[in-house]
Amino acid sequence: MSELAIQASELTRKFGDFTAVDRISFDVKAGEVFGFLGANGAGKTTAMRMMIGLLSPTGGSARVAGFDVYTQSEQIKRSIGYMSQRFSLYEDLTPRENIRLYGGIYGLTLAQIRERTDRMLTRLGMMNQADEAVRSLPLGWRQKLAFSVALVHQPRIVFLDEPTSGVDPVVRRQFWELIYEAASNGTTVLVTTHYMDEAEYCDRISIMVDGRIGAMGSPRELKDQFGAETIDEVFVKLARPAA
Amino acid sequence: MQHVEAGLSRPAVQVDALEKRFDRTVALAKVSFAVEKGELFGFIGPDGAGKTTLFRILVSLLKADAGKASVLGLDPVRDYRGLRQRVGYMAGRFSLYPDLSVEENLTFFASVFGTTIQQEYKQIAPIYSQLAPFKDRRAGALSGGMKQKLALCCALVHRPDILFLDEPTTGVDAVSRREFWDLLGELKHGGLTTVVSTPYMDEATRCDRIALIHRGTLLGVDTPAAIVHAFDRPLLGVRAQQRYKALLALREYEHANSVYPFGDVIHYTDDRKEPIDALERDVRAFLASRGFGDATVDALEPNVEDVFIARTSLDPGFRMPDPGKTPS
Repeated sequence: MSELAIQASELTRKFGDFTAVDRISFDVKAGEVFGFLGANGAGKTTAMRMMIGLLSPTGGSARVAGFDVYTQSEQIKRSIGYMSQRFSLYEDLTPRENIRLYGGIYGLTLAQIRERTDRMLTRLGMMNQADEAVRSLPLGWRQKLAFSVALVHQPRIVFLDEPTSGVDPVVRRQFWELIYEAASNGTTVLVTTHYMDEAEYCDRISIMVDGRIGAMGSPRELKDQFGAETIDEVFVKLARPAA
Repeated sequence: MQHVEAGLSRPAVQVDALEKRFDRTVALAKVSFAVEKGELFGFIGPDGAGKTTLFRILVSLLKADAGKASVLGLDPVRDYRGLRQRVGYMAGRFSLYPDLSVEENLTFFASVFGTTIQQEYKQIAPIYSQLAPFKDRRAGALSGGMKQKLALCCALVHRPDILFLDEPTTGVDAVSRREFWDLLGELKHGGLTTVVSTPYMDEATRCDRIALIHRGTLLGVDTPAAIVHAFDRPLLGVRAQQRYKALLALREYEHANSVYPFGDVIHYTDDRKEPIDALERDVRAFLASRGFGDATVDALEPNVEDVFIARTSLDPGFRMPDPGKTPS
């Protein structure tokens, strides 16, 4: 568990005069569920885009899955999975076709794809929907499928950007059980959410405020530090210190 | 209780057996409810529950297949012209002009209704005062929370008699959501009737009354307190160091009725009808026998989400097998 999945030091991104991410430093351990919180516009998305190799930093350093974010972004992309709330599956394709597409993109063999397709669909209880267009599935099912597809190439780290937004409460909880299961198999999970109860499910969380990390620790530590009952309260105290 | 007096006058919204389908999908299945004048009324439900379809019918943008609806005493189909002058509607998707500034957007929406920002200032003042520092910024460059405040301001600028806000807080951070609800509270104070939808169950308590909506069906309409009060079995909160393992263990307990993680607590209900302290003792003993000697078990007050989960789990056609039950 001492191995580091993500290691960021003074990581910075400026857009012209505007500093979106301002010298953030943090480590995420292998197998950890790390919550990445912050108000809208605090810099979460910019930070995440640097970590997944889509945006070059303008300062500082970071290694993701052991690779350098400046020079090895292609290796990073191959070693991680990514799922966003907005786009993750092709809705005109069936679950089976989506798995084959992503498996192919990540260079899996046909035999591997076949074996993982069966295992995933069985695990999700979706064998009967395997050949229906993804569009016709309820949102919650799509999100659970998208999560499994993000793991099809067995990445060391998976990045989840608001994966449960708008999902019904039972499926939201089932989704988190999939996260726990992935983590217990050694996958590192970095997740953003606006549901403050979900923040409590994380091993550790960081809360970004105006481009910096305003607080970081286990939910218990942060609640103690801020004298708060819930992470929601911690969040309010940090994001609107004047209030 | 407070509705007795209002009940004598006509409700602001009256809906009877409203139905709408899209091809084979039933979006609304015989939905009936009433919203009283001056109420802050919330529709609570996940994506795909039918909230947007319902709102679009009530603001005259979509026709129902069957059933009756009246808003401010007007028929949304026959009287759509008169109705549109009197409702404020905020769509779920951000629908302002991203290339116009904050002030330009407001001026535009005011002019569409033949008025000006100055004339309506009193109505929008509490919100506009928060937007004023950014009045020259392009709407597209605002943060999520600010965009929603601007959209609310635009929906209010013609001084409507009723507001329909479709998921105004979705995707908005927890602090901005809180501020948005504070604004709705202020508007209510001024006597405005507001119908609002949200997928965030914790926002239910900010409403006078709520309707739980799921797959086009209302699961209950009442005050948040009464909805929670109707939760019909003892609820236990379980805490353990090894939370996920304790959750999986509890699922295997022969008397378990429901086991769900809620933040740092596991919410547990039992299928036996026994006094709560007996259940507490049994569950604690079971957990200890499975190696969770540190586990604490306490009685809990249910919340709206517990009720929603309990009511939707009665719908067997909806659920896929629970993946938590068969770890691979």
